[in-house]
Amino acid sequence: MGNLASIIFTAEFGYAILRVTTPILFAAMAALISDRAGVINIGLEGIMLMGALTGVIGSAFSGSLWIGLISAILGGVLMAMLLAYFSLYLKTDIILGGVALNLMSSGGTIFILYLVAHDKGISSSLKSGVFPQVDIPLIKDIPVVGEIFSGHNILTYIAFLSVLVIYIFLYKTPLGLRIRAVGENKDAAASVGINVRRIQFLALVLSGVLAGFGGAYMSMGYVSWFSRNMTAGRGFIALAAEAMGRGTPLGTMLTSLLFGFADALSNSLQSLRVPAEFVQMIPYIATILGLVVYSNQQKPKKVKGEMEESV
Amino acid sequence: MEEIIRMEGITKVYPNGVVANNQVDFSITEGEIHALVGENGAGKSTLMKVLFGQEQSEEGKIFIRGREVKLTSSQNAIEHGIGMVHQHFMLVPSLTVAENLVLGKEPTKGGFLDFDKAVEITKELSEQYNLIVEPEAKVEDIPVGKKQKVEILKALCRGAKILILDEPTAVLTPQETSELFRELIELKNKGHTIIFISHKLNEVKEICDRVTIMRRGKNVGVFHIDEISTEEISNLMMGKEMSLDIQKKKAEPKEPVLSVDGLSYFNVVGRQVLKDVSFCVRAGEILGVAGVEGNGQKELVEIITGLQVDYRGTINILDRNIDKLSIKGIRGLGVGHIPEDRMTYGVAELASVEENLISNRYDDSNFQNKLLMDTDTIDSWTAKTIDEYIIKTDSSKRLVKMLSGGNIQKVVVARELSTDPKLLIAHQPTRGIDVGAANFIHRKLVDMRDTGAAILLVSADLNEIMDLSDSLIVMYEGEIVAYFEDMSKVTEEELGLYMLGLKRQSEDEIGRCFHA
Ligand SMILES: Nc1ncnc2c1ncn2[C@@H]1O[C@H](COP(=O)(O)OP(=O)(O)O)[C@@H](O)[C@H]1O
Ligand SMILES: [Mg+2]
Repeated sequence: MGNLASIIFTAEFGYAILRVTTPILFAAMAALISDRAGVINIGLEGIMLMGALTGVIGSAFSGSLWIGLISAILGGVLMAMLLAYFSLYLKTDIILGGVALNLMSSGGTIFILYLVAHDKGISSSLKSGVFPQVDIPLIKDIPVVGEIFSGHNILTYIAFLSVLVIYIFLYKTPLGLRIRAVGENKDAAASVGINVRRIQFLALVLSGVLAGFGGAYMSMGYVSWFSRNMTAGRGFIALAAEAMGRGTPLGTMLTSLLFGFADALSNSLQSLRVPAEFVQMIPYIATILGLVVYSNQQKPKKVKGEMEESV
Repeated sequence: MEEIIRMEGITKVYPNGVVANNQVDFSITEGEIHALVGENGAGKSTLMKVLFGQEQSEEGKIFIRGREVKLTSSQNAIEHGIGMVHQHFMLVPSLTVAENLVLGKEPTKGGFLDFDKAVEITKELSEQYNLIVEPEAKVEDIPVGKKQKVEILKALCRGAKILILDEPTAVLTPQETSELFRELIELKNKGHTIIFISHKLNEVKEICDRVTIMRRGKNVGVFHIDEISTEEISNLMMGKEMSLDIQKKKAEPKEPVLSVDGLSYFNVVGRQVLKDVSFCVRAGEILGVAGVEGNGQKELVEIITGLQVDYRGTINILDRNIDKLSIKGIRGLGVGHIPEDRMTYGVAELASVEENLISNRYDDSNFQNKLLMDTDTIDSWTAKTIDEYIIKTDSSKRLVKMLSGGNIQKVVVARELSTDPKLLIAHQPTRGIDVGAANFIHRKLVDMRDTGAAILLVSADLNEIMDLSDSLIVMYEGEIVAYFEDMSKVTEEELGLYMLGLKRQSEDEIGRCFHA
């Protein structure tokens, strides 16, 4: 146990949490934006994975990191548009569409990888860029705090910034208002002349942009290559984080951090003499536990407390 | 005054094959309040949705001020100055009144939503039309009457000169209704034209200038309101003579069947929805529960029928405590339940009429044939029941959702009454169905009472409550605030005062409804 404490209560561990939270947070924000428009994007996992691959390819062929980022976003957006087209225009069930997207991406990325890099596992033959790490002036010099919060990948900062941007977008702009209205009562929105399908399409596209960022981080920040199925369930964990965060940007950020914590823990514990397979289960078990706790608190305990009091 | 709208030969067929409008002509004069009446399913809402651009008709033309227009979306209709307040409110609950009002045409400042401006717009409009709302309140927190004002303002805010109100009074108390009528007259005086859909003919008589009557998708007559009596309107609506009030003899209550003692209940967010409610329903009586919706009636019914379990207090049915009983166990005591929400709790809409009818007795040994279900017995029983309850369907195998609202409700009633329950919980048994079906159901309830069943009738429809109940309790904010042992002494206005919490009986008077 002493070992555990010596792992958790360190600045490195704090740093690691933010590092591993980044892709979950991007995906969770992607989940949030589509969910608030009333379209559940189960396909995030696949979208993110595709973004990770197109990012690497774009960067390798152009030699530019930023074109890599744009390629990742484009990859994400195209996938999201595919889902939007099938579910909103051809009226497929969005859940089935999302599942199909995930399966297609899982196999499709390997296929493309083989075409481009002649490898079915990893993209190491492609020379893609890696996003730089940035030190934050002033903060970097503060002991502990600096170690935790400074020196992260630039995409990590963008991820946390996106929470604020999405908050402002949803609650302070006309478009955000429309998205929330469509998600809550689309007949009401339609009755005042809002084009529901267009709003939902847009929300899915934005969701694709954010998941594209998440993918770019996976292959050009977290590590510097693409490997098969490298998103490893983060798209699903993000959906859980969004649900537990009750669809609010801040709540979702906090639950994403919670899952990031579990993920970081699983990484750190691998250095101890615990079986690796066991440790790797931690994030997923945390997800299940999180969802159980979440569904229990849906019927607040306060009710019972009050009742007992007044008896 | 000149004609502002003319609809010619409108025919609307829904994808499921229902011909909701059949060659309907409809005309509105500028500045009038025009009633559109008809039984449920007559096609009133459909005709108005066509006018509001929400549904496209297969045939027909629409003229506004003599010019033909194509209304292909609500946006189109709004641009032509048409606004609609739907039967089911079209509001976003978590948004504020002001946000709902400006939705779709939001004021902005530097690209951002200008909330202050939205509030200002709301205030101005609210004052201009004397429709008082709180701009910054969330819609989910305001009462139904206010929501309706928000809906009207929403239409006005979009420049509506012609307002369509689809059954606006269905959800209002008498007081709120008269307030609405004052507001509508004010709108009329300001030059607006109003189309008013209603079932309640006395209301139509009260404020409308002309009336168009629809029956089975057709326009069966247009009249100046002073040229026609309510009886004549109702005959045209139904296509036959039918008495509106129910004949019943005086109740002879016997021993209590249901006794509720000290019932309290807290909902999921911790609000106390029922406060120490005690009453009995006796064999051979109909006890009415009146009240504005949302004052605990729903929870009361859910608890008695076993849908809700976390309550405090004692409930006995025929001297059995139901605390530990499942829903099926409670039904086993001889309880029937006509639920409020017929599409969710009343029927399985994708199952057939027959399957729905036997869904509370499929495991009855009469319907079993050793191993499998005895389809012959079931078929003949179903046919008999469909006959007895006059359910209009071409086959017992038809999916319930293909039926009209009134016939769906008859399926529910048939299922619940044909077990001869000792206690029947009837929650809004005739909400939103046509007068013919409603009368039929009322008749059945009275018959059941006469054969000794105890009936708890919960309804927001005052006419129904007043006509049917033998005695009556009124609920306000989770409490019983009045008990009337004899209905003949109660007036609608007085009931309204209790329903709005403006008046309340003494504890002793209220306590009389606990007969045990
Ligand atoms: N969206 C729909 N799809 C299929 N049938 C419908 C739909 N809306 C209404 N109907 C059917 O059309 C008929 C007319 O309905 P409606 O216009 O709502 O009547 P009213 O408003 O007079 O009660 C009814 O038989 C109803 O079941
Ligand atoms: Mg209607």
